[in-house]
Amino acid sequence: MGKLLQKPKSFYNEFFRSPSPDKLSTHYCPGCGHGVIHKYVAEAMDDFGIADNTIWISPVGCSVFGYYYFDCGHQQVPHGRAPAVATGVKRSHPEAIVISYQGDGDLAAIGGNNIIQAANRGENITVIFVNNSIYGMTGGQMAPTTLVGQTTTTSPYGRNPANEGYPMRMAELIAQLEAPVYVERVALNNAQNRNKTRKAIRKALKIQIDKKGFSLVEILSQCPSGWKVSPVDSLKWMEENQMPYFPLGVFKDVVEQRNPLETKPRIWDKDTIIKMLDLDRQVKEYAKPNPTKDIYEQPKIKVAGFGGQGILMLGVLLSEAAMLNGKQVTWIPSYGPEMRGGTANCQVVIRNNKVGNPSVDKPTILIAMNQPSLDRFEKDVIPGGLIVINETLVTSGVTRDDVDVLAHPFSDIADKQLGTVKVQNSLILGALIKHTNMLDQQAIFDALPAHIKKIDLIPLNKKAIELGFSLG
Amino acid sequence: MAKEFIKGNYAVVKAAILAGAETYFGYPITPASEIAEGSAFYFPKTGRTFLQAESEVASINMLYGAGGAGVRTLTASSSPGISLMQEGISYSVGSEVPCLIVNVNRGGPGLGNIAPEQSDYNQSTKGGGHGSYHLIVLAPNSAQEMCDFTIKGFELADRYRTPVLLLTDAFIGQMMEPVEFPEPISKQDLPSKPWATLGNPQTKKSIINSIYLEPAEMEQHIIRLEKKMDEVKQKEVLFEEYLIEDAEIITVGYGIISRVLKNVVEDLRAKGIKVGLLRPQTLWPFPEKRLAQLAEKVNKFLVVEMSNGQMINDVKLATNCKPEIYFYNRMGGVVPTADEIIHKIENIMGGNNG
Repeated sequence: MGKLLQKPKSFYNEFFRSPSPDKLSTHYCPGCGHGVIHKYVAEAMDDFGIADNTIWISPVGCSVFGYYYFDCGHQQVPHGRAPAVATGVKRSHPEAIVISYQGDGDLAAIGGNNIIQAANRGENITVIFVNNSIYGMTGGQMAPTTLVGQTTTTSPYGRNPANEGYPMRMAELIAQLEAPVYVERVALNNAQNRNKTRKAIRKALKIQIDKKGFSLVEILSQCPSGWKVSPVDSLKWMEENQMPYFPLGVFKDVVEQRNPLETKPRIWDKDTIIKMLDLDRQVKEYAKPNPTKDIYEQPKIKVAGFGGQGILMLGVLLSEAAMLNGKQVTWIPSYGPEMRGGTANCQVVIRNNKVGNPSVDKPTILIAMNQPSLDRFEKDVIPGGLIVINETLVTSGVTRDDVDVLAHPFSDIADKQLGTVKVQNSLILGALIKHTNMLDQQAIFDALPAHIKKIDLIPLNKKAIELGFSLG
Repeated sequence: MAKEFIKGNYAVVKAAILAGAETYFGYPITPASEIAEGSAFYFPKTGRTFLQAESEVASINMLYGAGGAGVRTLTASSSPGISLMQEGISYSVGSEVPCLIVNVNRGGPGLGNIAPEQSDYNQSTKGGGHGSYHLIVLAPNSAQEMCDFTIKGFELADRYRTPVLLLTDAFIGQMMEPVEFPEPISKQDLPSKPWATLGNPQTKKSIINSIYLEPAEMEQHIIRLEKKMDEVKQKEVLFEEYLIEDAEIITVGYGIISRVLKNVVEDLRAKGIKVGLLRPQTLWPFPEKRLAQLAEKVNKFLVVEMSNGQMINDVKLATNCKPEIYFYNRMGGVVPTADEIIHKIENIMGGNNG
């Protein structure tokens, strides 16, 4: 019986963190409900033996100084964001007990979305929601839970639904969601209801300990200072004003139906991480290429055509092969106005040393997959450069006579000889490599698996490259 | 390990896991979404947490929780999303919560567009949120540096207990390049964090907190934070120089601009104009001492930015406006070509005022 008379251990005897010279009194006003709620939570922490593992989240409001009182880890957090912070903590330490202790302005106004989303994710946290129908900390302004007609400093003529809408019943709202396990509204108006409050808090914490998921206890709590009534009258005020609008009761309880949540362990084994990150590829040696022209030693390449012609992939495979072949290389996709109208292009710069500007304004090689691409970029190709043309879609020839041209109806060939136009890009790649000899042919084949995610398409692309060799 | 040909944005994801990051929280936004998508793919495969938050406001607060709980954590977003995070970033500084924030800078103000800009320089380097503070700001210019600076970002964040911002742009994020990744860090090599709330008896007294009600106490807290950042200024400045020794004009640019400038330097030197390049790799701390030294012997500087002129003010401050400082910029997602900048420099060196 002696235990009942003691202060819970999880509640500090002296509030050494408070800057007030009085280290024995809380910062709460006389008659405030927070003290009783704090006591119930601290008692539950004692009884479950969880204080050592508890991280208390205090957002902005009267409860901002939770760290003065509770002997556990603390995070003081931005207004309304406690459920988001609690999520970050819990996902980092699933074994910790995380308590989000929030007021009504915090939870229902500024943090409205955060609480709904955390509840909807079923975060395994306990939310203690103190509803006193007012902003206490900032001096009695209107809260989302302020009652119709209630006067506050920001509703001096009384809350008017036509202007401010109606008080929000958060417990009911959250209970509508699928994920939460337990949602109850309780009150501090009399001994019987206070006992229910104590039980509700214990139940909510037990749910978290058992890893069952999200629970929220909404507590109607008195704020004599904000309500401008005496501590004694505040209980009557609660019964006459708060309780008719905010019915008490359990709005959701599916504890029995829920299985404990499972968390996967982090992987720290180095080899497993390397494998999981697809970084376990073997290094291979390739033959030093012997380009047919000096300019192909360090070419700048522009690949252009319609979206869907495999243009970006052509550039990526060429770049990958260049890297395997010991080159420095950059690849960038087209940007801005160039992307409009269904056209796509990418730019590849291959160098022996580090690449500076990855943009290609004056290509050594232009691959024109359609007519607009040739029309647009033909003039930019350097004298002596190469233009690869897909004759299936390019009807006009090259007008310049100072460039090389490699022209075939690549789309048709791919369609007729390989069964699908989709591998036209690999066909062109093969032709380009053969024509320029800029890279070791084996490097091209080895480039395929890193970027073609559908493994069964690799053989066909290989075939297309081989056929391309005969066209170069 | 073998080199991988990879997008800058994906390099961040793999580097983060190799650096021991355990949680990723983020909200999709172009052109940073690949970092979220890559994390959604790779974090669960390595037993780590990926969570798509309800907003950037929630993301940064999840980082606050996770960073305060002692794990390496990151988010990535792009300009408008980073604006939304500013309150949480300020709290993270105030409460000394280490975390890594990646900003793939896009066009602004407002919704702007998804093309590359450097217009968040001021927001990144001058604080960005409320209160007296600076972030450590790293500015990569390659996919390799997207990897390296992600790892470095975590190290600096932990060493100084402060958020680190990786400021990049849509160009660097979308570009693919070969990247050489390091070995993964072992759990035991991660720094211990007795100050964090780890949910164990040893850290029961830990508080993550930014309230100091007493003005004098608050002042002491800010002074302490400032001292920490003074040390950052002394020890962590990073920059790269290219052909600066005999330069008659020094170009200054970061991120993708520095890549264009490298070609400008080479092309103009081929024409006989002695141009050099200074590329800040840390935007805060800014290489102000080095710029001051260079301003003693070189009297022409050209600052090139994809913004309305933000870094140029730091160059002016660092050099005390002693040299002639010229400016060239493009905005809205237009990346200046080497030719445009060459033309500008030829004009300057030819005696025209740019």
